[in-house]
Amino acid sequence: MLLINCPYCGERPELEFRYGGEAHIARPSDPAALSDELWTQYLYVRSNSKGVHAERWRHVHGCGRFFNALRNTVTDKFIATYKVGEPRPSAPEGRR
Amino acid sequence: MSKFSFGALLRHAAFGHTHWEPQWRSPEPQAAYEVVIVGAGGHGLATAYYLAKEHGIRSVAVLEKGWLGGGNTGRNTTIIRSNYLWEESEVLYEHALKLWETLSHELNYNVMYSPRGVLMLAHNLHDVHVFKRHVHANRLAGIDNEWLTAAEAKKFCPPLDISSGMRHPVLGAALQRRGGVARHDAVAWGYARAADRLGVDIIENCEVTGIRRAPSGAVTAVDTTRGEIRTRRIGVVAAGHTSVVLAMAGLRMPIESFPLQALVSEPVKPVLPCVVMSNTIHAYISQSDKGELVIGAGTDQYVSYSQRGALHVTAHTLDAICELFPMFRRMRMLRNWGGIVDVTPDRSPIIGKTTVPGLYVNCGWGTGGFKATPGSGHVFAATLAREEPHPLAAPFSLERFTTGRLIDEAAAAAVSH
Repeated sequence: MLLINCPYCGERPELEFRYGGEAHIARPSDPAALSDELWTQYLYVRSNSKGVHAERWRHVHGCGRFFNALRNTVTDKFIATYKVGEPRPSAPEGRR
Repeated sequence: MSKFSFGALLRHAAFGHTHWEPQWRSPEPQAAYEVVIVGAGGHGLATAYYLAKEHGIRSVAVLEKGWLGGGNTGRNTTIIRSNYLWEESEVLYEHALKLWETLSHELNYNVMYSPRGVLMLAHNLHDVHVFKRHVHANRLAGIDNEWLTAAEAKKFCPPLDISSGMRHPVLGAALQRRGGVARHDAVAWGYARAADRLGVDIIENCEVTGIRRAPSGAVTAVDTTRGEIRTRRIGVVAAGHTSVVLAMAGLRMPIESFPLQALVSEPVKPVLPCVVMSNTIHAYISQSDKGELVIGAGTDQYVSYSQRGALHVTAHTLDAICELFPMFRRMRMLRNWGGIVDVTPDRSPIIGKTTVPGLYVNCGWGTGGFKATPGSGHVFAATLAREEPHPLAAPFSLERFTTGRLIDEAAAAAVSH
């Protein structure tokens, strides 16, 4: 089980959290204007990174808030967690 | 390579079994092949076998970054069934099931396919409705699936507790009698041996590191840790690493990779005659011929390539198993492991062309790829050989995520992952 550092509550066990998928995917402001290909990109296509991955988590059994995290998907180690709206912290590429 | 037979067994026994040969070669990669398959799991090896056998394409290399069958082929719970809900899936998985029935003979290798029946338990009214819907849909498609009352289910699987005092009472079950299990390693080995015999080169410890393309965009070669290999057709069958391999050609996929866990118990005498699955409380279990209980757990919630998975996921499944079969409460689990499964948004596979000329993909089998191995290889080989989708593979194109014609087995999966 992962230990996850909620930016609002601190470190808590994974059971308190719900995974929210890849982070920094903005919903297009005018979906009707989008081509089918771009809509597919938004809806279904994911980076599925092997290495550093930016993702959303929600502290459902705590503060209830969404936040973002950088995690290495090979080691499952968290590199950083940060509040929604804050820029993605820089992480060395391919860090293991 | 000699054919396996009773006579061969006797001959080798006479010499103390000291003269068995390796079952496939370990060739150096050639400079070029007609088709290169990336990934020597069951699906990749089956693809190579059918390319050589049915389409006469024998200049085929299967590249594997690790060892043969060391990925999800060696990490699953070996369950075989074809009782899917939608027509497209039904015919695809049934195609595979029919191939399973004659596979040992076809490959001259005992894959230990054992149609012992797959029993899916219904614990509430919703389950009853859903499973009856599956039964009707399957029977309309000519696929065996039948509804059993709780008493009939108990008769088919005596260890089942159908008393009403259970926390999750059994109200009935759907049974596919032709469903069952097979020996997962034997499937990889059998296909490897048969493909090798037809001239396919299986190259282990050979990781693909790049995909080369002509100015037109078409593929021309793969870069590997054992040098460049030229080819005009590449079939990527890399399961959890599909996104990684296709990124080498600049493609992004509608796929996410998750760890899926399984575990086995200490071996015991035969106690469980069939495969038992329970969607509602998330448990599936069967007993291997060695006597171990083989138990499948769920996926972790987050994207990962770690091949581990969290303990609370397995604990949750064991809770469910102990609830269903109280007699297993004191059994010890011997091993657990994780495989990285490639999950699509509609939980159906992707088989066919990509937007890059010459680059084909067979992926997205998610949490249930083992059962499809022969059928998957068969239709993908035809797709690669004819350079157009096999009719059974056509609905599973990558374009469906753009056209919106999804094959939504997400709600129809045996256990919800």
